[in-house]
Amino acid sequence: MTQLLAPGHRMCAGCGDALATKFALKGAGDRCIVVSPTGCIEVSTTPYPESSWNVPWIHSLFDNAGAVAAGIEWGLKKLGKKEDTTVMVIAGDGATFDIGLQAMSGAFERGHDMVYVCVDNEAYMNTGIQRSGATPYDASTTTSPAGKVSFGNPLPKKNMPAIMADHGSPYVATASIAYAKDAIRKVARAAEIEGPAYIQIHAPCCTGWKFDSSKTVEVGRLAVEAGLWPMYEMIDGRIEKAKKIRDRKPVEEYLRMQGRFKHLFTMEGGEEEIARIQAIADWNAEYYEME
Amino acid sequence: MDRENMSVVDGAYAVAHAVNVCKPDVVAAYPITPQTNIVEHISQFIADGEMDDVSINVESEHSAMSLLVGASSVGARAYSATASQGLVLMSEVLFNVSGMRLPIVVTVVNRAMSAPLSIWNDQQDSISQRDTGWIQLYAEDVQEAADMTAQAFKIAENSNVLLPVMVCMDGFILSHVYEPVVLLEDDLIDEFLPGYSPLAVLDPDNPKTFGAFADPGAYTEFRYLQEVAMKNAIPVIEDAADEFKEVFGRYQGGLIDEYMAEDAEIMIIAMGSVVGTIKEVIPELRAKGVSVGIIKIRSFRPFPAEAIRKAVASAKVIVTLDKNISIGLGEGALFTETKSVIYNSSIRTPVIGFMLGHGGRDIPKARIEQIVMEAGEVMKRGITVESRYADLKEELL
Ligand SMILES: Cc1ncc(C[n+]2csc(CCOP(=O)(O)OP(=O)(O)O)c2C)c(N)n1
Ligand SMILES: [Mg+2]
Repeated sequence: MTQLLAPGHRMCAGCGDALATKFALKGAGDRCIVVSPTGCIEVSTTPYPESSWNVPWIHSLFDNAGAVAAGIEWGLKKLGKKEDTTVMVIAGDGATFDIGLQAMSGAFERGHDMVYVCVDNEAYMNTGIQRSGATPYDASTTTSPAGKVSFGNPLPKKNMPAIMADHGSPYVATASIAYAKDAIRKVARAAEIEGPAYIQIHAPCCTGWKFDSSKTVEVGRLAVEAGLWPMYEMIDGRIEKAKKIRDRKPVEEYLRMQGRFKHLFTMEGGEEEIARIQAIADWNAEYYEME
Repeated sequence: MDRENMSVVDGAYAVAHAVNVCKPDVVAAYPITPQTNIVEHISQFIADGEMDDVSINVESEHSAMSLLVGASSVGARAYSATASQGLVLMSEVLFNVSGMRLPIVVTVVNRAMSAPLSIWNDQQDSISQRDTGWIQLYAEDVQEAADMTAQAFKIAENSNVLLPVMVCMDGFILSHVYEPVVLLEDDLIDEFLPGYSPLAVLDPDNPKTFGAFADPGAYTEFRYLQEVAMKNAIPVIEDAADEFKEVFGRYQGGLIDEYMAEDAEIMIIAMGSVVGTIKEVIPELRAKGVSVGIIKIRSFRPFPAEAIRKAVASAKVIVTLDKNISIGLGEGALFTETKSVIYNSSIRTPVIGFMLGHGGRDIPKARIEQIVMEAGEVMKRGITVESRYADLKEELL
């Protein structure tokens, strides 16, 4: 079978986005039309006259993937061509959490049949690692750098899955590139469900998070094992099941692997900051009944 | 015109009716005065079962245009209507639409830009979007706005063109006026406007990449081909007007239209509803021995350079009227463009420009007369002021 995302694209070695994209395509199958907003995946897969996409694909713009996908779905329906076609967005976290939220909100409110996959690498990577609404607390990015009087990003990560579930989405899930089968299954399930489904795939970025490119999956797994990336499915707004974590790892282990948190281990007061992040993981563990 | 076939309706209704007759597959729009009536009429048609359920209520103009990008890229005939802030909110997407060669049609109900907030008419909104790669047609009256809608789809979808089209009609002056019009004839439309058959669509059976990223090695050629398409549109716009006449019996001009222009010494160039006022004034002035005529610009993009150069042959002075200003240049767009298309030709006729009717300020016949008289002075004495507001209230400054 042809690979739906052909090799030869320009994504970094060890890129989490590349894995997430492959899993999304595997889950959705070849009867899909993909919308990608501006971002790493978009620029690195379509340098004219080449394209890695063996499915129909369109670049929306940065801020409007939800609306373009809605138009594809509505257009196909009006032309009587929707049939088995899955309309799928594959978007970055910046395009999703921040600038594209309005278009997405409208599309979800109207209930278009689509699968919206947010590939969450927790910053604007395409433009050089700037902070987004998905950037975790205390991560150092180029617009939230750690410095003498700063521990990096001062804000917690926005809870997008909850926001999408509150739109009445029939299916919301989180997944990780470290759990391939689970991610593929979730996308496949989303594609089967009628209506707007949202899946947020954690995609560690070796370039932006500053870890060795051989460790992408390891970092992804640690995020889950530390309780910082809860994995769950929500059906009609209710959490159906969250992944259980046996022997939850301390967040420190996860943070220590990444340059974006390095300052927490060198700066005065770093310990208290790590404790704050541990508290986020503890809250997750309780809320999502991980243990 | 056949009076029996005429209905007295508001401009928005005539346009909404024409849209329905053109059978779009998808309509997406967001309300903004003075465009709102068009979407409301379309919604009512659907509610009454007179139109297929093609319309979708979106959360912004940016999303309206984005939704049409999706719809058009799967082969749907796509339509929107907007004005002012809404059009400018769409701006980012307008470039994307023309760059991906999606033949979307939009009615722009021209309205001034904020600040200061104004819901009234001028053409700053669409003029500000002139470089988005859209064809821009300007209607003189309600009949033309409605008829142009059908022509717009035909022009946009022509395989030598494949460019989106804005049909511009002056807010309130045309959108809210009740005029006797012939509602676009449903029984004739198929003869004029066949269904849209796109060259390329997003289709899982034949996967294509839309909107690839172009590095400096390829970008220029994409843009150049858009310009080629604009040039290709020149005869297509004229043919569409001619064919429209053959099928429907109505003709409002091609790229331009001329009225008493053949021998005119004072040549007015204008576009939009002000043309109607000017056409009333001209015979009155002619009766007084003033040699005046008008070139009406129907197509602002592509700009009808050749047609204008021909049409101004008899002129001893050219005077442009603009409902827009390029602040910092102190000129309206028609003035700037007109000068630019004659500068390198053998035409040495002086050109002066007047800006007027901004933010809905009324343009009475007396104002046009005054402008023509001033243009007459230029014929005798040469240019003293190149470009200025014709209706500035000094007492407010
Ligand atoms: C309207 C607009 N604003 C800003 C940009 C610049 N820009 C392009 S991609 C990008 C960040 C993308 O971040 P994300 O969505 O997280 O995707 P990633 O590259 O991280 O995969 C930005 C800021 C743009 N293209 N358009
Ligand atoms: Mg990102």
